[in-house]
Amino acid sequence: MNQEGRAWKFGDSISTDHITPGRFFHLRSKLDELAKHVLVDAREDFAREVRPGDFVVAGGNFGLGSSREHAAVVIKIAGVKAVLAKSFARIFYRNAINVGLPVLVCNTDEINDSDTLVLDVENSVVINKTSGERLSCQPIPPFMREILDSGGLVNYIKEHGGFPK
Amino acid sequence: MGKTLAEKIIGEHAGRDVSPGEIVVAKLDLCYVQDGTGPLAAREFEGLGRDRLAMPDRTVIFLDHAAPSPRKELSNDHAFLRQFAATFGSHLSEIGEGVCHQVVLERFAAPGQLIIGADSHTCTNGGVGAFGTGMGSTDVAVAMATGETWFKVPDTIKIDLTGEFRPGVYSKDLILFLIGLMGADGATYKALEFVGDGVAALEVSDRAAIANMAVEAGAKTGIFPSGEKTKEFLARYGRENEWRELRPDDDARYERTIKTDLKDLVPMVALPHYVDNVKPVADPECAGIKIDQVFFGSCTNCRIEDIRVFESIMHGRKAHEGTRVLFAPASMSVLKQAVAEGLLGSLLDSGATIVTPGCGACVGVHGGILGDGERCLATSNRNFKGRMGNPNAFVYLGSPATAAATAIKGELADPREFVS
Repeated sequence: MNQEGRAWKFGDSISTDHITPGRFFHLRSKLDELAKHVLVDAREDFAREVRPGDFVVAGGNFGLGSSREHAAVVIKIAGVKAVLAKSFARIFYRNAINVGLPVLVCNTDEINDSDTLVLDVENSVVINKTSGERLSCQPIPPFMREILDSGGLVNYIKEHGGFPK
Repeated sequence: MGKTLAEKIIGEHAGRDVSPGEIVVAKLDLCYVQDGTGPLAAREFEGLGRDRLAMPDRTVIFLDHAAPSPRKELSNDHAFLRQFAATFGSHLSEIGEGVCHQVVLERFAAPGQLIIGADSHTCTNGGVGAFGTGMGSTDVAVAMATGETWFKVPDTIKIDLTGEFRPGVYSKDLILFLIGLMGADGATYKALEFVGDGVAALEVSDRAAIANMAVEAGAKTGIFPSGEKTKEFLARYGRENEWRELRPDDDARYERTIKTDLKDLVPMVALPHYVDNVKPVADPECAGIKIDQVFFGSCTNCRIEDIRVFESIMHGRKAHEGTRVLFAPASMSVLKQAVAEGLLGSLLDSGATIVTPGCGACVGVHGGILGDGERCLATSNRNFKGRMGNPNAFVYLGSPATAAATAIKGELADPREFVS
């Protein structure tokens, strides 16, 4: 459950156009193909070299811009364990939870590129094995945590038959 | 306790009083998707195992981002969405009918409604006093199935407007100024409510342009009260019976207030590659920037009022020889109106190229993709790296008037010298 992964460091204001550029619009019904270009306009080596269990570690306002859920989906398809950022844009945050991608707010200044991280979602803690530090993350709001624990919103709705009354 | 517009509308749809920070489930008046987000939403809907839409007459599928389709993959997506609409009985807005948010304003949105769309600029509906917000495909798929969604009731920032614009200054300049002031995450999770004496004179087209870009400050929605201008707008489309007056309570509570006197504003541009990187067009940093392409279109600024402004500046003049001008009316009804008013011929005489009403150039899909190193002045809402289809190109954002002045001069230009 709490396996190790590599930190891939990104700056502030990574937009959904950085993650899934419009020039790959035609691949939106072929998500595995689209995932081969994930984050290409922010960091070209990422899509090629990311390994399952790795982490996207970013600055402020990650995922600003469009509502394209594909941005969260392709990060998940790439095998990313979680996105850690100082803050998230609203729609991206909600999309990530809806597709079962953990997104956590913490002080990412404490993480360097290529650090080895372990995530403890249960306790909202990231352990940086490279520096030895423990980073506390803001807990995911309880209702969103339920959606995430179901594996996303579609599973949640199927399990519960709808939203709580 | 007094309520803001956002609190009133969400409360009416949740069936009880609501306060900022609460999580509530609310019934929706409308949900929509476009051809970029629709295929995923349709598949998620099918994954839910439902055999009917909760509100087929209030579910709309738009084919606008790749209209007409430039590639076989997108043609297949369109075929899938057409079939989905036919199977489940939703509305379908075909290629050429226009950008989703403009068509929604013309045909569906009304004051007091609660609307979600799988497109971040769904906040445009605040122009008619509706609470509109963008969500992802899965949220809209669930809304299609259940007719409702959950909301965290947002805090509201009051934007208190006074005065009137000076000649050459428009609603686009106001919203660019405000985004520069607040920053791209300055209103994250919040509602922006535009009120004050300066609002009454603003047309719905102005209001829609402002509400449209609320999301560029991170906001959940941007919203205007509903009054006489809203009624006039609905009447234009034979929908005055859907009008109601709507304003915030006098004792509504706001997180903060930003006061702006419209007469203090000047023409603004957003420089690459962020929307909050704004400067007055007259700033020395904007001087002498050659522009290869002017894109006059999008859900922000290509309504009939915008076209009148653009044409009045271009009238009898030619676009600069080094600058191509793309003109994509916001909708077919806008295009027909431009034809009826004789504006289209005038723009063609000025050297403009007409593009199908839709989103293609703005979102980098087709119909205006930039070359390496090229610069575009666009009347749209985003200038992120890669936005117009090429990560090695540069997008500047400005008003239709700034676009026209720039087209004539071939470099970023202040429109005030062309207006009296």
